[in-house]
Amino acid sequence: MPLELADAIALPDSPEKDYLYTLNFGPQHPATHTTLRLILTLDGETIVRAVPDIGYLHSGFEKLGEHLDFNQYVTIVDRMNYISPVANEIAWHNAVEKLLGIELTPRAKYIRTIFAELSRIHDHLLCCGAAALDLGGFTAFLYAFYQREKIYDIQETAAGQRFHPSFTRVGGLMRDVDDDWIAKVRTFVKEFPKAHSDVRRLLDRNRIFIERTQGIGVLTKEMAINMSVTGPLARSAGVVRDLRKDEPYLAYGDLAGAFKVVCATDGDCFSRYLVRMEEMLHSLNIINAAIENLPTGPVNVDANSKVVLPNQMSVYRSIEGLIHHFELIMTNRQWKSPVEECYAATESANGELAFYVVGDGSGTAYRARTRPPAFIHFQLFPYLMQGHQLSDVVAVLGSLNIIAAELDR
Amino acid sequence: MADTERIAVVRERFDATASLLRGKLGSDVFTTSTFRDNCRLIASSDKVYVILEACKLHGFDMLADMSGADYLHYPDAKDRYGVWYCLVNTSTGERVIVKTYVNDPNPTLPSVYGLWKGCDWMEREVYDMYGIEFKGHPDLRRILLPDEFSSFPLRKDYPMRGKGERHNFNPILRSES
Amino acid sequence: MAIEPMEGIVLTQLDHLANWVRKNSLWPMPFATACCGIELMATGASRHDIARFGSEAMRFTPRQCDLMIVAGRVVMKMVPVMQRIWLQMPEPKWCISMGACASSGGVFDTYAVVQGIDRFIPVDIYVPGCPPRPEQLIQAVLDIQDKIKRTGTLFAREFKNRSTFEGPRLNPATIPASERMIAPGNYETATRLQD
Ligand code: SF4
Repeated sequence: MPLELADAIALPDSPEKDYLYTLNFGPQHPATHTTLRLILTLDGETIVRAVPDIGYLHSGFEKLGEHLDFNQYVTIVDRMNYISPVANEIAWHNAVEKLLGIELTPRAKYIRTIFAELSRIHDHLLCCGAAALDLGGFTAFLYAFYQREKIYDIQETAAGQRFHPSFTRVGGLMRDVDDDWIAKVRTFVKEFPKAHSDVRRLLDRNRIFIERTQGIGVLTKEMAINMSVTGPLARSAGVVRDLRKDEPYLAYGDLAGAFKVVCATDGDCFSRYLVRMEEMLHSLNIINAAIENLPTGPVNVDANSKVVLPNQMSVYRSIEGLIHHFELIMTNRQWKSPVEECYAATESANGELAFYVVGDGSGTAYRARTRPPAFIHFQLFPYLMQGHQLSDVVAVLGSLNIIAAELDR
Repeated sequence: MADTERIAVVRERFDATASLLRGKLGSDVFTTSTFRDNCRLIASSDKVYVILEACKLHGFDMLADMSGADYLHYPDAKDRYGVWYCLVNTSTGERVIVKTYVNDPNPTLPSVYGLWKGCDWMEREVYDMYGIEFKGHPDLRRILLPDEFSSFPLRKDYPMRGKGERHNFNPILRSES
Repeated sequence: MAIEPMEGIVLTQLDHLANWVRKNSLWPMPFATACCGIELMATGASRHDIARFGSEAMRFTPRQCDLMIVAGRVVMKMVPVMQRIWLQMPEPKWCISMGACASSGGVFDTYAVVQGIDRFIPVDIYVPGCPPRPEQLIQAVLDIQDKIKRTGTLFAREFKNRSTFEGPRLNPATIPASERMIAPGNYETATRLQD
């Protein structure tokens, strides 16, 4: 039964409620992972009211999006959900390409799909590992982080930067991947299930973990829909919705046989954990199917379409290539976007990550609105917390997977 | 294009929805426009609540996104601020975008908190960034910026580097800390 | 007469002892705000393992720490919090500014982000990179150990001398005076919810 917000925030000012006291939580607190702040009103150990106070990492991403062009802004969106950066890049260029009407080459689609799924694993690993860490299970965190290092290696091989690869470009990718990369992805696919089952063995039947997550922070299906919840959170509450199946983008249409939509019905912290763990295996299936069927051919669309930079040889050796390169680099030429606006959504690890891009005819977005799943999910917190104990705060926070930079932008 | 078929299906569905809504609300309440697979209902700010309510009754049970833009320097723009609501029907997957415009001074819109609780923080963010007020919102405060902040940073007439607010603190010297 | 040199000798040796002890048991306070914080976690996790250099005892309360690692961008709303945490740390204390954002604002030259934390708190070591690799952070810890070894004194006299502002001068006035305004930033609004 969804509670009214008015109940959740009304100050208890009647004199018989004087014994309630207020506890400040954050903005610098280990369980918040980064920066967010809660003002909790407590009755003993029980939480009567929780008011989130955010904005401690508001850095003006959307304003920057109005000043940097379509390719430059990819370095900024990277830093938005920084535990799965490539998912943001893919979402951003997905929106830009929809605005400009560009159809990617099959190889670019497959490589992007692999990266999108790797970043889903990346994100879920940190989320599950850190949730366990907050509840006292340090080993699961170390196992999870070790696998994250492997994904960092894969990103580094492809793009040169291990953390923020900035790998996508309008109309394709920064560069093609090589055999070394493919071998690394294959090894990862082979080795990951073992690490995954290690983490599961530590947590799935762990008495402490289960006691602290089962029945905590229950989200109902109606509430999930009414509060705009998407992604694993909604799926663990029984909303069967996955944009990869519903509105297939990239190569998900071809690979639809490789994965299923993972759902649960309880909607508590434990089922969120289970959904995330199971999703990782389905992501692994997608990666496996994609890497074995990786199409050959170019990764960028045809250079004549004037949306991608020509290759270095043609810039140096031909006058057309030079002019073309110059036109894309000059700030007053660049891409010709339609005077239109479009909303393009992708399924990131956290939920529906979308961009609403307003084009004004130039190569820079007039407005680049992000639909950040973490921001929308954090509204739930006061409702989920009502009536729980103080120690459940960390369990719920960990299962919501709030990324401060995405929360505040 | 590979998804031309999908776009055709989406538009067909949208036409059906739009004519249904027209039948309910009258033919001049909104205009429609489409771009790729985005389908929009465009309405004036006093009619928008009626349309959103009708959409909700029609089955659009989730407010996927809601935000705005400042069209100050936009080519051929007539109104200053635009606000859009992206709605989803979670059982059929249908999407529709309801768009409206408001103007200075005192841009005001009705809050849709009564229809979708998810709009709570999104409306606060629009208020924080553009200064558009939402009548009927239970708790309209600044959300991302400090309470004492007095500008609306995403308006086009606010400079990207701000007006010096970011450095308006006292430094701590090493010898005194 | 003969006593004074003796005293001098004993004091320098105590300085050495203190430096040696301090440098090998730095307890970092991870002031992690953004992406760099995840690299900080990676530095503490199994592959890079900062414990090899005696700095793995991350304490999340400033009152137990002597090394503040500011990892990530610090924005307007966060500055008073950062200053307060710095003031709460006991002497002697040092500060590492990790990453481009903390050191100079990095890619975020916007209205909300502070262009370098050294404008507001004293910084000892800057680590470049966006984000710095864990190896770089470990190098920074080694550097600060070296700095302690070279300059440390028993009663922290070296800090007394640093009485001038060390950060960059404020931006030259690019904004006309009429456009400027006085806005946020005191401890009241930073730590209390306003109604
Ligand atoms: S320096 Fe780079 S990685 Fe570090 S906080 Fe800034 S943007 Fe993030």
